[in-house]
Amino acid sequence: MWALLWKDVLLELRTKERLSSLFVLALLIILVFVFALGPEQARRPEIGAGVLWVTLLFAGMLSLQRGFLIEQERGCLFGLLLTPIDAGTLFIAKFLGNVLFLTIVEAIVTPITLLLLGSSWSPLLLLLAAVELLGIIGFSALGTLFAAIAVRTRAREVLLPVMLLPLLVPLLMASVKVTSALLAGEAWPEAWLRVLLAFDVIFVVTGWLIFGQVMQE
Amino acid sequence: MKRFAPFADDVLPWLTCAGMLAALAMIFLYAPSEQQQGASQRIFYFHLPIALSTYLAFFTVAGASASYLLQGDRFSDLLAQAAAEVGMVFCTLVIITGSLWARPIWGVWWTWDPRLTMVVILWTIYAAYLLLRMFAGDTEQTARYAAVLGIVGVLDIPILHVATRLWRGIHPKVEKMAPEMMWTLLVCLGAFLFFFCWLLWLRLRSLSQQDEVAALRREMLASL
Repeated sequence: MWALLWKDVLLELRTKERLSSLFVLALLIILVFVFALGPEQARRPEIGAGVLWVTLLFAGMLSLQRGFLIEQERGCLFGLLLTPIDAGTLFIAKFLGNVLFLTIVEAIVTPITLLLLGSSWSPLLLLLAAVELLGIIGFSALGTLFAAIAVRTRAREVLLPVMLLPLLVPLLMASVKVTSALLAGEAWPEAWLRVLLAFDVIFVVTGWLIFGQVMQE
Repeated sequence: MKRFAPFADDVLPWLTCAGMLAALAMIFLYAPSEQQQGASQRIFYFHLPIALSTYLAFFTVAGASASYLLQGDRFSDLLAQAAAEVGMVFCTLVIITGSLWARPIWGVWWTWDPRLTMVVILWTIYAAYLLLRMFAGDTEQTARYAAVLGIVGVLDIPILHVATRLWRGIHPKVEKMAPEMMWTLLVCLGAFLFFFCWLLWLRLRSLSQQDEVAALRREMLASL
């Protein structure tokens, strides 16, 4: 499993394609939001939280596509299937890879976003990192599963968001609510946090169990 | 499938017709008008059974999907597809009947109430399911992908339920119903259940006939 994860990381270190393009894309999405909403609107915590998560969602979706597309194009996925690794392990490796990439992108993009949106700095923002990690875990669990499916169909660019976005609605609602509460310095919304945790647990386990069905040739 | 055929072909259409006629008669002649909402409340007798059938359809998709992943039989796959298609039609009808009711009562066609939000998200999930089937072609792999989506879609429902409820809420709760209203509702539920089964059956039969035609065509081409 670690070898598989290392392979993805090494590929990225050599090419630096995925991270650099993701970073620029994420930044652009945030700028587009600020231009569309106007800087005063974007300053409000609930809007800022929404902007942050929509950015992560779209940048993340692109990252998922890249991750499987490279392997699909060069026949690497087929090679992996020939090795005696079980599908659950393959899923966990791919999933961790996605979590890792998105965390790195998020770690760069979040401070910039907060700066651009003029949020004041407070220690609460450290908690924001934890919330973002929870969101990224849920996103990557379903994302890894459906990217593996979408990459092997026609119209894969459309199909991945079409399949993924509706399923991610509860995750998006919960993440935005928790984030905006943090940004506004309000009470910790415990109910939403539970939704987020439940989502993560359910779909990491589901993905791990069901991935074998997707990878069968 | 053969086992249900005589029942489904001969009995279901008549049960559906009789049920629907009885339902219509009861809605307009038997059930009393609701005190505050007046006549527009009568759409509820269609709205609720259709909504329940939608959920039934989507749970059928999940059940058939699970059975397909376990056994790999063609019937489960066809059942999942038929249920998703019928479910989409019912889901669309839920939104339409709900809007027709909401306009005179709430004053708007649409609002972000939890159940409305939930229905519209379900609609998109199963639209994605049908699109996946469309784009991935008719292969064994597609059937497996669709089954995965069918199962994950249903696992999403309880989380969605909690999330939309936390989000906001104004949907009316049925508190007290006159016995006449109760009976009307029960007849409507029965009528729609038959209607649902019948549609499911028609779709299932036409899908399996498509299968047979494809098999025959392959045979023909092979013998040329």
